[in-house]
Amino acid sequence: MCLIALAGNPNVGKSTLFNALTGLDQHTGNWCGKTVELAQGRYQYKGKEYQIVDLPGAYSLVSRSPEEKVAEEFLREGGADCTVVVCDATCLERSLILALQVLALQPRAVVCVNLMDEARRANITVDVCRLERELGVPVAATSADYGEGLETLEEKVREICDGFVPAAESAEIWEASDEAARRFVLRAQEIAEKCVTMEKPSAPTLTERLDAVFLHRFWGYVVLLLLLLVVFWLTIEGANYPSQGLQWCFDRLGELLHKGAAYLHVPQKLRGALLDGVYATAARVVAVMLPPMAIFFPLFTLLEDFGYLPRAAFLLDERFRRSGACGKQCLTLCMGLGCNAAGVTGCRIIDSPRERLIAVLTNAFVPCNGRFPALIFLLSLSFSAGSSLLGAGLLTLCLLLSVFMTLAASKLLSKTALKGEPSSFVMELPPYRRPRVGQVLVRSLRDRTVFVLGRAVAVAAPAGLVIWLLANLSVGETTLLQWLASAFNAPAQVIGLNGAILLAFLLGSPANELVLPILIIILTAGTSLGGETSAQMAELLMEHGWTWQLTVCTIVFFLFHWPCTTTLLTIHKETHSAKWTALAALLPTAFGVAICALLSMLFRMIT
Amino acid sequence: METTMNRLREGQCARVTSLGLTGELRRRLLDFGLIEGTEVRCLRISPAGSPMLYRVRGTLLALRTADSGRIRVEADKCV
Repeated sequence: MCLIALAGNPNVGKSTLFNALTGLDQHTGNWCGKTVELAQGRYQYKGKEYQIVDLPGAYSLVSRSPEEKVAEEFLREGGADCTVVVCDATCLERSLILALQVLALQPRAVVCVNLMDEARRANITVDVCRLERELGVPVAATSADYGEGLETLEEKVREICDGFVPAAESAEIWEASDEAARRFVLRAQEIAEKCVTMEKPSAPTLTERLDAVFLHRFWGYVVLLLLLLVVFWLTIEGANYPSQGLQWCFDRLGELLHKGAAYLHVPQKLRGALLDGVYATAARVVAVMLPPMAIFFPLFTLLEDFGYLPRAAFLLDERFRRSGACGKQCLTLCMGLGCNAAGVTGCRIIDSPRERLIAVLTNAFVPCNGRFPALIFLLSLSFSAGSSLLGAGLLTLCLLLSVFMTLAASKLLSKTALKGEPSSFVMELPPYRRPRVGQVLVRSLRDRTVFVLGRAVAVAAPAGLVIWLLANLSVGETTLLQWLASAFNAPAQVIGLNGAILLAFLLGSPANELVLPILIIILTAGTSLGGETSAQMAELLMEHGWTWQLTVCTIVFFLFHWPCTTTLLTIHKETHSAKWTALAALLPTAFGVAICALLSMLFRMIT
Repeated sequence: METTMNRLREGQCARVTSLGLTGELRRRLLDFGLIEGTEVRCLRISPAGSPMLYRVRGTLLALRTADSGRIRVEADKCV
């Protein structure tokens, strides 16, 4: 078997090429004991098997982002039989800088000039034969989107692997000096001048025309807001029916399981703990979380694929800079709207360690998909009953408050625990491309389903057991749950909540979507997570003397409290530090407690 | 006309004369092929005044004015 490493700049279609070569025969795995996961897959060519590793996109092997380090170390260790360097035909000169660096390390390589179709449309021609002579390694021209040139690439890779092409045996060791870097740039320029011919475009390109709107000083922001609105609307509206359908299926399955357990004479207590506790909670988390995640993330990935997201960072960078943060934080913030754990992982795109940490610590200030349904329910309970337009408006206000507090918290951090000047900010705005809808849908659906199911088993199921035990074990007359709720009453009232709500938040830590159902259990002294409809839930809360002041404080606490367990685990994984993880939990909680305490003081004064 | 990269107007073209930066940012710019003698064109200025968008060797690069203010250029000296 032959091991191939796939290297290249970001946005040159490296992943598309990887997918085109391997199809669905791929998985992610750790290499050389490192924590960064690399996608790997395999393909057959002329009866031989090739294993291919997709290295993270890198601008060079000199700079020091974590991803680039992984790519560099992999190439330096020289484990690959052949390295394929993917270049962008539409700006070959820049791609060649990396290609030359890779060739200096690993002469057993094939240079793949990708995006030939885009280059043709832009009247750019690349002389492949000449390029081959200049570089001294085989060159294959491809359009991975259309599967064009793949066979040539596979053939040239085979030639290298089989040793048919003489390659310089010892790699040149080059210093990461200014002089070396300059040499690569000048050589790339020289080669590009010889091999690329460009015709001046007669009309502005698609990217120029779209940027005239998307980066416009007024329309740019309008488009940004509209896109966010559309994504939310699709997520919230679209998730309703599949959620109800899933809940219905899980309920039917639960009934069957109950009957089966009764038939097998499973003891009553065990049956309750497993089915009413573990199963019902896990099922609820899946039913509530899977549909919005399965809608939000593909939409977000489509925007990313299209090339829009860096434009949003371009428009908003100055706001974040003033808070001592990085413009790319607005992207991780948007990702956090889908899932804070995903947002935290996404912070890897921020280069400066200080600014990355700020983005990680403040990500939970924006409400995730698990909190949105609860927020919408609470808003309609007290303020926007019957008017979905008013509801959407109020929800937007909540969001703006979240963003404002994110900036405030970022500023606070950069003045205290993470002191420092805003670092430099270099960001490439890639050309707009037609998103690969099919691929994005299949992949995000699969990834999100795995994520939600994993979370349901690892986090929600144990939580279900705990909640069931608390609701069924009694101290004298009352259940543990009720007893705890009344014990929490005093501290909760300081921040305008009550014991039942605070307890629900604490028990709902594994998954925020559980907070409201747990609250219902506490209030009704019920013992299982029933599939109550919103109307029934509203009625129940009103019976227990719910007030609009309570709604306001609960909403604020929903926005600003400790992140869910999954997010905290992710933060720990990303920062490798218990200290920062603790701060990530304390910071939003402190904001929430402070605002709620102020509000409840205010409410007491006016009533 | 000698000036700094952040003073370019939208659409104006210039040639870099000295990079005046150190460390990570300098390396990052070298990755994109931005060295002395490289042609840059200012394409767009963000509504808040920073960052600014430049075309460098066919790539669109966004730079904060605080950073690009340290790059000296010779304006309107393009081929």
